[in-house]
Amino acid sequence: MVQALIIVLAQTIVLLAVSPFIVGLIRKVKARLQCRRGASVLQPYADLAKLFRKEPVVSTTTSWIFVATPYILFASTLAAGLLVPVFVSQVPLSFAGNIIALVYLLALGTFFLILAGLDAGSAFGGMGSSREAIVASLTEPAMIMSIFAIALTAGSTNLSTIVHKTALMEGIVTDPSPHLMALAALFIVTLAETSRVPVDNPATHLELTMIHEAMVLEYSGRYLALVEWAAGIKLLVFLTLIANVFAPWGIATSITPVAISLGLAVYVVKVAGLAVLIGVVESMFAKLRLFRVPELLGVAFVLALLALVFFYILRG
Amino acid sequence: MMTISLLGLLACYSGGIFLPPCLPGRPRAQNFIANGLAIVASLFGLVLGLTGLLASEPLAISIPSTLPFLTFAVRIDPLAAFFVLTISLAGLAVSIYAFGYLTKFYGQTSLGLLGSLYNGFLLSMTLVVIADNGFFFLIVWEVMSLVSYFLVVTEHEKSEVRYAGLFYLIMTHVGTAFIILTFLIFFQQAGSFSFETFRHPESPLPEGLRTLAFLFALIGFGTKAGIVPLHVWLPYAHPAAPSHVSALMSGVMIKTAIYALIRVYFDFLGGQFPWWWGFTILAVGAVSALLGVMYALMEHDLKSLLAFHSVENIGIILLGIGAGMIFQTYGLQEFAALGLLAGLYHTINHAMFKALLFLGAGSLLYATHTRNMEEYGGLLKRMPWTGFFFLVGAVSISALPPTNGFVSEWLVFQSLFLSFHLPVVLLNLILPIAAAMLALTGVLALACFAKAFGLSFLALPRSTHARHAEEVPITMRVGMGGLAVACVFLGLAPMVVLPLLDRITGPLAGVSIEGRVLALDGWAVAPTNVEFSSLSTPALALMLVSLAGLGLLLAWALGGRLRKRYYKTWGCGINLTLRMEYTATGFVQPIKRIFSTLYQPTIKLETEFLEESHYFAKRRRFEFYIEPLFQKYLYDPVVLFFSATADHLRIVQAGSLHLYLAYIFVTLVVLLLVAV
Repeated sequence: MVQALIIVLAQTIVLLAVSPFIVGLIRKVKARLQCRRGASVLQPYADLAKLFRKEPVVSTTTSWIFVATPYILFASTLAAGLLVPVFVSQVPLSFAGNIIALVYLLALGTFFLILAGLDAGSAFGGMGSSREAIVASLTEPAMIMSIFAIALTAGSTNLSTIVHKTALMEGIVTDPSPHLMALAALFIVTLAETSRVPVDNPATHLELTMIHEAMVLEYSGRYLALVEWAAGIKLLVFLTLIANVFAPWGIATSITPVAISLGLAVYVVKVAGLAVLIGVVESMFAKLRLFRVPELLGVAFVLALLALVFFYILRG
Repeated sequence: MMTISLLGLLACYSGGIFLPPCLPGRPRAQNFIANGLAIVASLFGLVLGLTGLLASEPLAISIPSTLPFLTFAVRIDPLAAFFVLTISLAGLAVSIYAFGYLTKFYGQTSLGLLGSLYNGFLLSMTLVVIADNGFFFLIVWEVMSLVSYFLVVTEHEKSEVRYAGLFYLIMTHVGTAFIILTFLIFFQQAGSFSFETFRHPESPLPEGLRTLAFLFALIGFGTKAGIVPLHVWLPYAHPAAPSHVSALMSGVMIKTAIYALIRVYFDFLGGQFPWWWGFTILAVGAVSALLGVMYALMEHDLKSLLAFHSVENIGIILLGIGAGMIFQTYGLQEFAALGLLAGLYHTINHAMFKALLFLGAGSLLYATHTRNMEEYGGLLKRMPWTGFFFLVGAVSISALPPTNGFVSEWLVFQSLFLSFHLPVVLLNLILPIAAAMLALTGVLALACFAKAFGLSFLALPRSTHARHAEEVPITMRVGMGGLAVACVFLGLAPMVVLPLLDRITGPLAGVSIEGRVLALDGWAVAPTNVEFSSLSTPALALMLVSLAGLGLLLAWALGGRLRKRYYKTWGCGINLTLRMEYTATGFVQPIKRIFSTLYQPTIKLETEFLEESHYFAKRRRFEFYIEPLFQKYLYDPVVLFFSATADHLRIVQAGSLHLYLAYIFVTLVVLLLVAV
């Protein structure tokens, strides 16, 4: 019990602590690829600290939804993160929800964020909310399909079981092609869900291009800090999912100090690697027009479906 | 206990039917008696439902009649008891709400008639689910349909209400015709209308007749349930009725069709199906769910929007039942029970949150006198309680954790995921695709309710009505609050609900899964086992609360005093007006464009330019509507055919009495000739 509590606490701290680093790292990679030096990877920590100290301005038009949303978003994103194995393959809270619960916890945050975008009454917020709603809806089927393909190969929808089994190389099929296709699908889903190029541009404040940024435009001070932190955690949760579901090697499969320290170190290296990959992808591709996004997500869906077909064909 | 509560229920509803008209000209007394008796009757119904679920033996009472084949037989087995419970729970909250809501109708509509029809409606629904004789069932089914028709046309002075009523009346009778056919198939084999003989006929039904019974039941009950493409009446009829009646129609009445489908397939047909039956139900469910939500998104009339969501949720229920039927075919009874369980769980959940949302819509109508969402806005400040309860309903219907809609949708997902146990590759692939469609449905529902709540309750008021809206009376708030509590309770307490539901699915699927669906002393729902999947909504709720607390703590620890400043929204240098706000039409525009194949939107834009220059518009006129595909390509041709045939037949209807006498004479002669 005490051990479980400590692991949960440690995981919360890791998620909180690593997420700004990932955001900073992606920015750094993009800056380097643009031949800039870029801000330090630690800049997001300073940004958060600054935002927390600033006095927030809240629109008189808004209701309690606007003020409550950052907390709900923060809580739901972090709760989703606690269901994913981070550095220990079997998380104590895995009984609270499987991978579907994770998807719907993230949707809870999205729902309130969409409401908050509408609350201030400005056209920017409304536009962001409307676009977020459409991107979220189109992402979901691809996400569920890729999740299902992964669940099939592991014979479970429980993240801890999936990661634990894969880490111990139990029940791995000889041909990894379904896995690879599901991985590709989930990567596209990650780009869409975490507001990355080519779906959204996290670095813009131009009304024609922004989605997530438009929705949170009215936030300031500690509210903005919480929203930004939650966005970072969401990104980290997706990267963790990819890292630990597809390549769980190195994760602590037993609770010993050595295994856990090794798991932590390997974890940070893995997500940092993925962050670099995202930075490269963001630099290589242009942002898609909003009405081209369905095609990209369609590709993700078909990939996931193919993963499923291949699984059954290989199984015979 | 069961007999007493059944008698009490019958007595109170009968009182509610006959007493209100006896007090003409005293609307307050009529309101009080009609709804008061409905409340007491619902309480009896709750007791009846709960004891029926827990009883080891079903209660069967039969009173013979003088008509052949008809006996007034009722039988309360767990399945019937569950639906009695659902009807009574919704009926209780709605009746409390109706006290306040009906004050609006004082002096306008005869409350005596309305009250007696309302009680008749509740009674007929209850009788439908406990009837144990085909003939009796058909009578109470027809009474339910007719009474609900009269309730739909309460505001008959409006032409669109009359149209809605007529549409409903025709559709429901088409459905009844197919139900009669279904029962006749059973009757000709059983020789009696008693459900017991339907269940155990002397000689089993031949394969062809079984298939016909399956299809007729699907069409007949599907019309009432509102499955695509038989759903077209629903978005007309449900919004036209007074809101508390809409809540019952959408929340409960369409569920009687789900009851009847389960009764026919799992009970009468004995749960022996070829695989394509389950597949058909699954496909119908997936299509209904997706199209229901897609059309709901385009609706800006709040009550029509909710009516389309009923189509969606019936689809989700059928997804669970369809998956269960497929598993049943292949002898995977535990999974069959799970699918059925998921469908039933969603049935009671939908009854709660849909009734809640309709009551919320009724409160908005009460306060603003309009159903058009574009004229709401900013109502959360004026109507905080209604707004909060509506939000609970919106979160539940969007299946967000930890509410009840999430738990049942999660169970549907699990039963679809378990498809990898099936031995047929085609089904292995189809069930996950259904899961993907369910996922799309879920998020579109989320978008739709973000729109419905966001544009109604947030930002600035968009009309004078909205600006002067006031919170509704206490009884209406209590009614909504009760349902909101039910939504949260059903979400947080699956360990209470699932064992009860297992008592229904156990006999139907042939295996009890109580021990295999709950784990960790009931704190987690874990179909098959914890290793495969698990969900604990109490744990999720606790996590959410404590992590939100952590957020607050962090804000305080890192930022010091939690002050904030209020200022108006930045409007790019000018003051923000309502015309700058996002509209409901604008909100769904991207979705409309992406799925334009389905919607076939027609946009008309007429611009009048200034005479001096073609760069400056003087006036613009924008018009847009989406094509109701099913009505255009499926219903209009049928209507056209019938009216054309009727036109031709008019020749024989000359209106002359002599001619008609001649017809009678000729007919008589012909009949005599035939007889000889």
